[in-house]
Amino acid sequence: MDILYLLIPLSIVLVLLVGVVFWFALKSGQFDDLEGPALRVILDDDTPEEKK
Amino acid sequence: MFSTPTTASDTAEGRAPACFHCGLPVPAGCSFGLRVDGEWQSVCCPGCEAIAQAILDRGLQGYYRLRDADPAKPGELPDDAGDDLRLYDDPLVQSRFVRNVRPALGMGEAVAAGEAKGAWREAELLLEGMRCVACAWLVEQTLAGMPGVKRAQVIHANNRARIVWNPEETRLSVLLAAVRAVGYRAWPYERGRLELIEKGERSDALWRLFVAGFGMMQVMMYAVPVYLSDAGSMSADVEQLMRWAGFILTLPVMLYSAAPFFSGAWRDLKAMSPGMDVPVALGIAVAFGASTWSTVAVPGPVYFDSVAMFVFLLLGGRYLELLARQTAGRSLQRLARLIPETAHRLPDTAADAAEDGGINDSETVPVALIRPGDRVLVWPGEAIPADGDLESIAATVNEALLTGESRPVSRKAGETLTGGAVNAGSALVMRVTRVGADTVLSSITRMAECALAERPRWVEAAGRAASVFVLAILFCALAAGIVWQWIDPSRALWVAVSVLIVTCPCALSLATPVAMTVAIGEMARRGLVVARGHAVEALARATDCVFDKTGTLTQGRLALLEVRVVGGRSREECMALAAAIEQGSEHPVARALQGVAAGLTLPNASAFSSMHGGGVEAVISGRRYRVGNAAFVALLHGRTASLAWLHCTDTVVWLGDELGWLAAFRLGDGLRPESRRAVEALRGMGKRVHLLSGDAHGVALRTAAELGIDHVRGGETPAGKLAYVRDLQRAGACVAMVGDGVNDAPVLSQADVSVALAGGSDLAQVKADAVLLSDSPAAFADAVALAMRARTVMRQNLVWALAYNLIVLPLAFAGMVTPLIAGIGMSASSLVVVANALRLKSASARVSPETATTDDAKA
Repeated sequence: MDILYLLIPLSIVLVLLVGVVFWFALKSGQFDDLEGPALRVILDDDTPEEKK
Repeated sequence: MFSTPTTASDTAEGRAPACFHCGLPVPAGCSFGLRVDGEWQSVCCPGCEAIAQAILDRGLQGYYRLRDADPAKPGELPDDAGDDLRLYDDPLVQSRFVRNVRPALGMGEAVAAGEAKGAWREAELLLEGMRCVACAWLVEQTLAGMPGVKRAQVIHANNRARIVWNPEETRLSVLLAAVRAVGYRAWPYERGRLELIEKGERSDALWRLFVAGFGMMQVMMYAVPVYLSDAGSMSADVEQLMRWAGFILTLPVMLYSAAPFFSGAWRDLKAMSPGMDVPVALGIAVAFGASTWSTVAVPGPVYFDSVAMFVFLLLGGRYLELLARQTAGRSLQRLARLIPETAHRLPDTAADAAEDGGINDSETVPVALIRPGDRVLVWPGEAIPADGDLESIAATVNEALLTGESRPVSRKAGETLTGGAVNAGSALVMRVTRVGADTVLSSITRMAECALAERPRWVEAAGRAASVFVLAILFCALAAGIVWQWIDPSRALWVAVSVLIVTCPCALSLATPVAMTVAIGEMARRGLVVARGHAVEALARATDCVFDKTGTLTQGRLALLEVRVVGGRSREECMALAAAIEQGSEHPVARALQGVAAGLTLPNASAFSSMHGGGVEAVISGRRYRVGNAAFVALLHGRTASLAWLHCTDTVVWLGDELGWLAAFRLGDGLRPESRRAVEALRGMGKRVHLLSGDAHGVALRTAAELGIDHVRGGETPAGKLAYVRDLQRAGACVAMVGDGVNDAPVLSQADVSVALAGGSDLAQVKADAVLLSDSPAAFADAVALAMRARTVMRQNLVWALAYNLIVLPLAFAGMVTPLIAGIGMSASSLVVVANALRLKSASARVSPETATTDDAKA
């Protein structure tokens, strides 16, 4: 049961970490557009000679 | 479904080829087209050609492979230079929608005004013409490919684009023109003040909810093992660790998520009127404090999980309430959005030129730059950008969104146009008289915002009741704690906390305001803008409805009331004759006569001549006829009229030929078709209907008789009206008065609730509790019905809230409710109340068939 002394504090750290990551994701606008990015990958620039 | 490019073989088979760009058939003999990947593709018009070329030039032909909807067909060639967009480079114009951002950090980092130099600019654009995700990609690639653009993101879901650019490398107008070149229209998007506040409120509430929910789930993880483990199977150390873990994760819930409860409770205590935040704050503070004490000092039971869950449920309920409130408020904001973003300004010099003289010289400017005195062109289907007078000869406008009146109304030169109405006819030219905050639309929205902010008496009463209730609850909780101290000291604290939470009068405090807000929003949608909050209550309570003007119930223009045939001709023949003679005239009498003969074939009339103030003469099949007043017509044949109508108060028009009288037409102010239904509906709701009129007694009496109004007074002075209303009130009546807001101000203020007619008057001066935008009595009857429903809903809510509290209190007292169940029960009761209030929205749909039929009757 000694492992609990490690795991419980670890879980707390993880929870806080997840919270911060989510906060950062929301703040940086990752949830503003939910369908665009999926297509952006496919619809990439077709003309390699253009420098974008 | 990808659109397949048409090839030459299609044409050979005789099928009409589809345009490469817009997918519409290419007309025969059309030679527009362009070379794509070495193959010739035909397009239907130069507009499509230019756009397709622009897309190919930018290397974006992937758009054609991946789109799943055809774009809109461009009306004309896109403006090459985008002259009208240049104006968006003006710093003054930009200040309304552009933010300065720090170059290095990019998005989201606004800089102070002083640092604007060297900063990048960020703006949100509204895109028109987007059909599918490929469109969004196309616009985004176009923008991103422009020099000087640091970031471009198109959000397809709401047709917006967010761009960041360096003002030293490019200009906004260039970017807007680039979007236009590929076939879309982009405008800077300026958020409404209210919309911004709402969004802030929403995201704030959502964050608190998220933190509480996340915390709750994790705390449960530490609480459940302690609940489930057999005594002694978990070492004291581990149990202590679990307590600490729960404490750490409940801390953000307490400090951040529950902060609104604490600040609300503190505000209430300072104001000495304990509201529902007080027991909530006290409950969670005590539970958290005691659990912390068990963690830190004396090991004992902890309830961190209950605290987190309670906060989560409570916030969830409040979030739903917030959404309900904002949805209701949206029908008011919708009004503010009626004003378009841009207007077409005409040069003033063209004013004296021909009707269409200036149309080709119009420049497109943002509405903010339109000043009173400007001439503005409004294309068909566009919204009128500001209040003004019509300069074109005639126009048809649809004010449905403004007044609820579904039929388009016609306006003549010189008449007033209201900003926000939609031009339903041909292009029109107007001269602006009022802009921005001075317009009728702004007055309406301001008024409505005030009403929503104001707390009506009912709501205040409920608030007061709640604060008495809170004191009672605090006392009960204390008593429960003391009593349980004798029964079982270890449970005393938790029973007290349960009592505190489960009986919280949240539902009681929510019972009225939510219903009120929904009702006010619904009324605005139906053409009655509530300016003072108590109007809803008073409309429901009113026992007497007094119509202050005959004009409220009548059409306000002459209509044929009756025809008497005196000579040997038939009725239809006489009407056709009169209409034929009057056909060239624009006089109100002539219009009324023309109107009734609409279905008849008119005889050919010639040699018209008219005498001012007398009538019109014309020759039909060789005989001379006259239509006009008795003296004028009598001159033709020299006989005297012998009809009782000679002394009638209505307008009487005679028809005669050289031999004698033929017919007499009695004209008067016709009743609105919906008036009768409105009066019947009001009587059906148990209201007495009165008509007080300044018009002649006879007219008032006749109007009342036709509508079935029992209480009539004609020829009243304002003082007389005032006395009449006072007498009614002395007899115990609650009077709702419908009248002209400016002239009848004293009478209106005497009434318990006053409804002013918006018709043309300056809304800023109107001193009434509500304004009837559509001038229709049916809308008034509708609003009264809605007010009565709202009152019923509020009563149901209050009864439910009280019943809930009375049932739960003894249970909690008996120690049968744990803090966890208390939290769930309390949140559920609030939800029931909010859901019941939202029923008003669908309930009003049940009233609407009545309106629908009156609309049909009008049409």
